Amino acid sequence: MTPEALTEVEMITVVIDGFEVTVPKGTLIIRAAEKLGIQIPRFCDHPLLAPAGACRQCLVDVEINGRAFPKPQASCTIPVENNMIVKTQLTSPVAEKAQKGIMEFLLINHPLDCPVCDKGGECPLQNQAMSTGRGESRYEGVKRTFEKPVAISTQVLLDRERCVLCARCTRFSDQIAGDPFITLNERGALQQVGIYEKDPFESYYSGNTVQICPVGALTGASYRFRSRPFDLVSTPSACEHCASGCAIRTDVRRGKTLRRLAGEDASVNEEWNCDKGRWAFKYLSSKERIATPLLRGADGELHEASWPEALAAAATALKGKRVGVLVGGRATVEDAYAYSKFARVTLGTNDIDFRARSHSDEEASFLATAALNAKTTYFDIDKADKVVLLGFEPEDESPIVFLRIFKQVKKRALSVVTVAAFASRGSQKLKATLIPVVAGNEAAAISALEGLTEKSVVLVGERLNESAGALSAVVELLAKSNAKLGWIPRRSGERGALQSGAIANLLPGGRPVSDPAARVDVAAAWGVESLPTTAGKSTAEILAAASAKELDAVVVAGVDPLDISAEALTQLLNTYVLSFEIAHSAVTAIADVVLPVAAITEKSGSFLDWEGRPRAFTKAIEESLTRSDLRILSMLAYEMGTPINLPSVAATAREIAALGNWDGAKASFTPAKSNKSLKLAAGEAVLSSWRLLLDLGTLQAGEPNLAGTARPATANISQSRADSLGVAEGEAITVSTARGSITLPAHITAMADGSVWLARNSDGSQTIATLGIVGGEVVSVVKA
Amino acid sequence: MTKLTPVLSAHWDEADSFTIGAYKRHGGYGAVVKALEMEPDAVIQLVKDSGLRGRGGAGFPTGMKWGFIPQGDNKDHYLVVNADESEPGTCKDMPLLMANPHVLIEGIIIASYAIRAGYAFIYIRGEVTHVVRRLQAAIAEAYAAGHLGKNIQGKGYDLELVLHVGAGAYICGEETALLDSLEGFRGQPRLRPPFPAIAGLYAKPTVVNNVESISSVPSIINNGAEWFSAMGTEKSKGYTLYSLSGHVANPGQFEAPLGITLRELLELAGGIRPGHQLKFWTPGGSSTPIFTAEHLDVALDYEGVSAAGSMLGTKALQVFDETTCIVRAVLRWTEFYKHESCGKCTPCREGTWWLVQILRDLEAGIGTAADLDKLLDVVDNIMGRSFCALADGAASPIISSLKYFREEYMQHLTTGGCPFDPVASTVFATAGSR
Amino acid sequence: MAFTTEQLTIMDSIIARYPKSRSAIMPLLHYVQSIDGYVTSTGIEIIAEKLELATAEVTAVSTFYTQYKPEPVGEYHVGVCTNTLCAVMGGDAIFAAVKEHLGIENDGVTADGKVSLEHIECNAACDYAPVVMVNWEFYDNQTVESVKSLVDGARNGNPPAPTRGPKTLRTWKENSAVLAGLSDGLAGEGVSAGEPSKLGLKISRGN
Ligand SMILES: Cc1cc2nc3c(=O)[nH]c(=O)nc-3n(C[C@H](O)[C@H](O)[C@H](O)COP(=O)(O)O)c2cc1C
Ligand code: SF4
Ligand code: FES
Repeated sequence: MTPEALTEVEMITVVIDGFEVTVPKGTLIIRAAEKLGIQIPRFCDHPLLAPAGACRQCLVDVEINGRAFPKPQASCTIPVENNMIVKTQLTSPVAEKAQKGIMEFLLINHPLDCPVCDKGGECPLQNQAMSTGRGESRYEGVKRTFEKPVAISTQVLLDRERCVLCARCTRFSDQIAGDPFITLNERGALQQVGIYEKDPFESYYSGNTVQICPVGALTGASYRFRSRPFDLVSTPSACEHCASGCAIRTDVRRGKTLRRLAGEDASVNEEWNCDKGRWAFKYLSSKERIATPLLRGADGELHEASWPEALAAAATALKGKRVGVLVGGRATVEDAYAYSKFARVTLGTNDIDFRARSHSDEEASFLATAALNAKTTYFDIDKADKVVLLGFEPEDESPIVFLRIFKQVKKRALSVVTVAAFASRGSQKLKATLIPVVAGNEAAAISALEGLTEKSVVLVGERLNESAGALSAVVELLAKSNAKLGWIPRRSGERGALQSGAIANLLPGGRPVSDPAARVDVAAAWGVESLPTTAGKSTAEILAAASAKELDAVVVAGVDPLDISAEALTQLLNTYVLSFEIAHSAVTAIADVVLPVAAITEKSGSFLDWEGRPRAFTKAIEESLTRSDLRILSMLAYEMGTPINLPSVAATAREIAALGNWDGAKASFTPAKSNKSLKLAAGEAVLSSWRLLLDLGTLQAGEPNLAGTARPATANISQSRADSLGVAEGEAITVSTARGSITLPAHITAMADGSVWLARNSDGSQTIATLGIVGGEVVSVVKA
Repeated sequence: MTKLTPVLSAHWDEADSFTIGAYKRHGGYGAVVKALEMEPDAVIQLVKDSGLRGRGGAGFPTGMKWGFIPQGDNKDHYLVVNADESEPGTCKDMPLLMANPHVLIEGIIIASYAIRAGYAFIYIRGEVTHVVRRLQAAIAEAYAAGHLGKNIQGKGYDLELVLHVGAGAYICGEETALLDSLEGFRGQPRLRPPFPAIAGLYAKPTVVNNVESISSVPSIINNGAEWFSAMGTEKSKGYTLYSLSGHVANPGQFEAPLGITLRELLELAGGIRPGHQLKFWTPGGSSTPIFTAEHLDVALDYEGVSAAGSMLGTKALQVFDETTCIVRAVLRWTEFYKHESCGKCTPCREGTWWLVQILRDLEAGIGTAADLDKLLDVVDNIMGRSFCALADGAASPIISSLKYFREEYMQHLTTGGCPFDPVASTVFATAGSR
Repeated sequence: MAFTTEQLTIMDSIIARYPKSRSAIMPLLHYVQSIDGYVTSTGIEIIAEKLELATAEVTAVSTFYTQYKPEPVGEYHVGVCTNTLCAVMGGDAIFAAVKEHLGIENDGVTADGKVSLEHIECNAACDYAPVVMVNWEFYDNQTVESVKSLVDGARNGNPPAPTRGPKTLRTWKENSAVLAGLSDGLAGEGVSAGEPSKLGLKISRGN
């Protein structure tokens, strides 16, 4: 709770088991007791769900103003009051008996199969049965049985015999995720959790139900029977998948990550995460992982090499050469900083960019100004009078941001506006007002937005750069309305990389390269005489230059060329490529030297989430022999004779902190014009696309259970286009460019007639690889 | 001899009693005219003054309930009539609606006007097609006659009335479960507070009243509070419907002032069926602890029955003679509660499931005296521990039957089975003698 | 099977009764039963679409209430009250006899699809015990014999009239439409009240 909130709230003093405790008004008895260290047993209670009072495990005796309730009360449903006296199981025999009685009821139909249950060892039912239950059951009857277990999606299994019907899972899905795909069905003793047979539990957030199920009724397919909790070593971590910034927990057994759970951070992800963050981690231990440096031999093949050998080869290839640096979007702050320093100090260039995706100069300017200075946080969403989504689909591109907005939509009908091709499922859940745009016309739509105040929050996705002039319109809108800006890239490393200066126009701490004072500042901190002044190249420019042999070499770190363009890989063929990678990839296949780096679980470091909030984490796998990028860069720089002196993550973090943020003159934004509207012939449309949360992203590889819940790709068109093409919902249409074509079932939805939308990187719908574009260009649309 | 006071049932013997014509023939829709001339608050006051208490089981003062609705709050208000009538033994609202639906509709208009509701609902149980027809037709007649809809009787008051048909769930008689059901959810009770008066249907201030409660209102408007409160006892005012069923010579409905006794009612009904004696009875449905012959003179009003250790409930007097096995009767009620438990809370859901198993064994003569104690202890863990009153109702027959008939339970155990002949208790056993 | 345009329009009119559309879920389920005879997946999907609910939410509601049938029932659905009072007064004997007579168990349907059987809870007609309901119409004061001839009649297509109800017994589907709130114009048929209902009145009249 923020200090400001504390002063507003009335405080209540209550006596629990003879001890006084003072808590804010509205606090439930069960939580006031926790403050005293008194644990009242519970199942249905969850601090982030509306009270249900269903399991009745938390019964206590309550008295107010000397008047006792005639029967024990559910402490999870009653807020404390002044002059309230509560007696829990510790001091009230009635409460104690009531709790024992409930526990007995819960166990009469429970299979007691703890030895084969995933939850065994960390099960609230097991634990509380020990603390609160009777020694022996008096039940002599026949237990209720169900078919066990049933797959309610490809990744979640349900064992109804173990279920205590607390409804945490169903309430979570409905109240928090807005996906009421699992419900309580039937009635009375036959009541059970279930789905509609044809519609599986395909929620992006389904894993949270597995985590909050207080028994082993819901289990994850990938973890089932894999381990026991006491064999696991848990490490608090930060999720690498997106910029939401989730705190997570990584559970490792003998050097292998077996599971990841949502961690708790009230300011960020509360206690939730998305299924990608929870279940997409097989890539960390894939067979494709690289263990030793690789050098391309005279035979054209990669050969294992020793570190000194590989570093020497790389140093020779780079020293004194024209080199560009491409940093992937998932670098840690410290690694990104190391790349930035390596580029400037060792390579003497500003040719560095973390944007392994579409990008523009307008964006670079926007990032160095508006985005860099944005201070908007999750709390601002909580208090917003309106949220505007621009080039941003929160459910697909930053799922915890979605949950936060959804919470306010549920709670107080927060108004949401989205400028997008169509209303996605996420937008529909947010009851967002759709301003449909044909890609390329965003600027006009943004300029026309009205009614924003300084309490409004404008959330801009990285994709907005794809529409020329749109970011300029945002800057204008912000100036006009004083609304708050949040820039939300898809990837976890981008905000940190921006802050670290892993981009041509910025040095670490947001220092403009163009500002001599800023350069002096950094040069002094780094102990070098000067820093390069030539304007640096963007990702596209680096690739073009490499292809044109205007660069001699490119350092490529964790980049999938297909995220950038269909040509990116080919553009690298003419140049020397030094690859920093965790696993074999398209880039390592063409690289001259491959240096294996540590994966997220094998190193420490930090990300900045979209708010700019640090998300530090430590090594989850202690015994790992891999090294983080910054350590290898440091060795390479030393080898090249221009050291960057970053021996460890800790040292790097200290150096970043010491350098601090730029407090000199801020750069100013250079606006850009929007393109003229495209002329469309019959059978043509302008393509829009974005990536769905679950798709063909490389970090999701190797997890078929997760992939099974991905939303299927469709080609979305308007009703009138469908009519003119003569297609009905679900019938196939083909979208093509000169490069190739994609055929998918049509989905008819409210959108501009000039628009067609495709998933950017889903099964059967890879726009960059197949069509060569992400959007904003003319495609042909025909009935298949 | 007759203490009977037919008001609601006064014309049920007329062939067209359920039509608007018949209703008006007897002065129907006159009360609405009167009420619409009054200030809404004056209507509430009149109902308060009459002493009318809810006829749905709990006996809460009706006028007071209406008075809880916040006024001038610029919110929609709702009246919801509880016509779920599913408590075992209860059979008064259905015949009332079949024979005289307009009295309810007139009551609804008056009550809605008083609480400033613009929308009213009747939630009727689903297993009564013909009663549904009668209500549908009556509502249509009332609309056609200008008693419902816009500008009722030219008085500038608008009211929409919707008949909502349930689908088989006893719990939907519980008012908050009813509201959830009416909103299109599973009929499971809601957490209180907030109470329906503050946040009921669609989270708006709502009054939920029983059919009989609302149907009593026109007579109060017509005849005055004093007329009403002159009937009945000190704290239980007015007339009401008593439903006599089971082993009596002539079962049926008896409209009488509150406070009449079973002895008096039995007299009217021709006594226990010939050749038999009263063994046990429920004063107000299966959820009210049973009584025996020793309670024949208990005044059947809220205070009298509760002083004698039970509850007036719905005044559903189910009478059983000496041919009836108490264990079988209790088992069957328990099976009902198990079937009807909504499943939301643990003690009710699991407890009733367990109780049925224990009672089945006991009926079959399996077990020992210790099992009776276990039975009572399980009941103790259910009663007052559950989310709503359904489970308390489930406990009632068990606790009260063990209080009066523990010996009979033991007899099952010692003889290894049920000592009763089920045929002897059927109506066919005495067919012809009725 | 898909519903006809006319049926879909009726569904819209049911939804229009309520201030909030979700409230229409129960009448819509009755309506689906009036078309398909039970709660079909088509019905669930159409309701979900019309009310903008997840199919799971509709399933959750339909499985809560015993009148919504997950499987087809007979043209004449017979419910024998076996709650305590009716059971004791003869309901148990009737239920046992009808099961045997029809050769089906609780929740069973005869092979010809004509009659299905269910034991039901108290149906608010205790003064008419033992009570049997067919398509939720009252058959009061039943005996083993009367119910046997009742179900035989139903199988032969000429069931006797309900005791308190319309002159002819309507089918399960037809009555489901009434429960969905659609009038069949039969409210005027049948008695105002049965004899037990009028007993107190008669006595007070000193007949
Ligand atoms: C399990 C249960 C079932 C109930 N069933 C009914 C019912 O069928 N009809 C009814 O009017 N009240 C029933 N009630 C009582 C209602 O909750 C509520 O008190 C009543 O409708 C209020 O109306 P009144 O004040 O006019 O009596 C039931 C209560 C419980 C706990
Ligand atoms: S599956 Fe788990 S979370 Fe869901 S109701 Fe059952 S016990 Fe609760
Ligand atoms: S934790 Fe309080 S009722 Fe479940």
